[in-house]
Amino acid sequence: MRTIKPLLTTVSIVAAGLTLAACGGGSTSAGDSSLSGQVGIDGSSTVFPLTALAAEDFQTVNSGVQVKVGSSGTGGGFEKFCRGESDANDASRPIKDDEAAACASAGVAYGPLTVAVDALTIVVSKDNTWATCLTTDQLGAIWAPGSTVANWNEIDPSFPAEPIKLFGPGTDSGTFDYFTGVINGEEGASRTDYTPSEDDNVIVQGVSGSKGGLGYFGFTYYEENADKLTAVQIDSGSGCVAPSAATAQDGTYAPLSRPLFVYPSIAALARPEVAAFFQYYVDNDASIAEGAQYIPLNEAQRTTLKADFAALLAQASTAPSPIAS
Amino acid sequence: MTAQSLVVATAPLDLAGSGQPLKDRAFRWMLFAALTVGVVTLAVLIAYVTIKGWPRLNSTLWTNMPSIRRPERAGAQSAITGTLWVISFTAIFALPTGILAALYLEEFARPNSRFQRLVEINIQNLAAVPSIVYGILGLAVFARALALGQSVITAALTLSLLILPIIIISTREALRAVPRNIRDGSLALGATEWQTASRQTLPAAIPGIATGVILSLSRAVGEAAPLLLLGAVTFITFNPTGPLSGYTTLPIQIFNWTKDSREEFQILASATIVLLLVLLLVMNFVAIWIRNRTQKRW
Repeated sequence: MRTIKPLLTTVSIVAAGLTLAACGGGSTSAGDSSLSGQVGIDGSSTVFPLTALAAEDFQTVNSGVQVKVGSSGTGGGFEKFCRGESDANDASRPIKDDEAAACASAGVAYGPLTVAVDALTIVVSKDNTWATCLTTDQLGAIWAPGSTVANWNEIDPSFPAEPIKLFGPGTDSGTFDYFTGVINGEEGASRTDYTPSEDDNVIVQGVSGSKGGLGYFGFTYYEENADKLTAVQIDSGSGCVAPSAATAQDGTYAPLSRPLFVYPSIAALARPEVAAFFQYYVDNDASIAEGAQYIPLNEAQRTTLKADFAALLAQASTAPSPIAS
Repeated sequence: MTAQSLVVATAPLDLAGSGQPLKDRAFRWMLFAALTVGVVTLAVLIAYVTIKGWPRLNSTLWTNMPSIRRPERAGAQSAITGTLWVISFTAIFALPTGILAALYLEEFARPNSRFQRLVEINIQNLAAVPSIVYGILGLAVFARALALGQSVITAALTLSLLILPIIIISTREALRAVPRNIRDGSLALGATEWQTASRQTLPAAIPGIATGVILSLSRAVGEAAPLLLLGAVTFITFNPTGPLSGYTTLPIQIFNWTKDSREEFQILASATIVLLLVLLLVMNFVAIWIRNRTQKRW
């Protein structure tokens, strides 16, 4: 019995310490703002940086509101969203019919907001004078899984017999998923004998340093390195289109540009903290898109976004009493 | 007696000295090599993350919140407090349940009855179920059916189920190691079964129970898979405010940062891995300390 007492004391001290540490942490989040409550958003890992950035900036001015952002993927996010488990869903594609049906049967009303544009740029070295425009088929031939294309003249006889050196993001990146999805028809399907790097700088160095180099990454990153690299125009069947903010915004730079969406729930927007968060998101869309390295919306699109949001808010104000969170 | 006879038996071998058979030496090297694999892997891992995470191994790691806009000032405070909240509640749920269940099985249930064997087999099977399966269970039962949502309590209940079999098994081992005559003595002096169990058997088994409990809690601390399924949030800049609050934990924060292509986040992830390893080592040290302090020899 004697040995037990000090032990019990020890255990309770450890437990108390843990609890105190936990409680101590909890108290610091009490804010001084008039708004309070929680906003829960889930969905696409591509849109995640945008929404997380919006959450971060919003909370610096509204410390009383707790915004949590998950990244279950567009589909996984919609599944939760339509069960009423999240207030909004990030999506890198429009909602699918079966997802819309699930939302409808659960009585979850929503509206899409286009918050930014994602675009990929194919880059070659400044010494490359021949590849000014590539078709999506040619890109597919180069990047297909198991592709044996080794020289430029294999995809177009008018090109020189320069060896192609390939650079691209690693398989963990959303850019890789997106590129392989639209060019090779299946996410993750890519030839593997290229130089992968999660660091876009390595791709810049690699492509700019080899005459036959070819690589791809996000458009904003190309913009920063336009003096070292040439962007290839893309022909998806209706002529060559150069990547730019404008062609990405209007969708003509297909299929390598796409709009990014957030789907807020109407019922959630009736809660003041959710409405305030999305108001902030919409008002500061340009700086959020820039910070997350996406292409911001153009003037017309921004006007549409504001109108769309105003319409959602109007719906929310007439909606039946919101579900308590 | 046994010790003496052992000495006698080994003496001629020692005299043989360098004349050890080749097989013997080969076997010894094999054992050593097997040990080296584990130790070297751990050493390389620790050295790698420590060197990589070194620039960020300072107080900002626990004083600052995660940040996407300012990676150079980002910290892991919400993940640290989230982990402490989740693990505290896991301990509150799993400890009493696990220890009492083991006490029942070991001291009160009719030994070798069909019921006991059935329960035993099930517990052993449960201990081998992959953690992601517990995540699915937690999502269906705690998050949805009980409507607890993506909260600290859902995570703690799910992790409790995950470690319950381990706690039960280790507690039973500890109880079994208590000599029979302590129980018999207590009962012979007129103590009831309950008094015997609560005042004699259980206290005597505490070293073993504590070790098992802390090791299983360490396992819960390092889990990410079931929590990801439960919807532990990947970006959160506030500390949990209560059992129903949203949360994130260290393994999830690490997972999230390693996915980011920016170098700052890779470094931050390594620094956070060091922090997680330190937390696990501290927990293991506590287990060893408790065991050494309270161990009795019969």
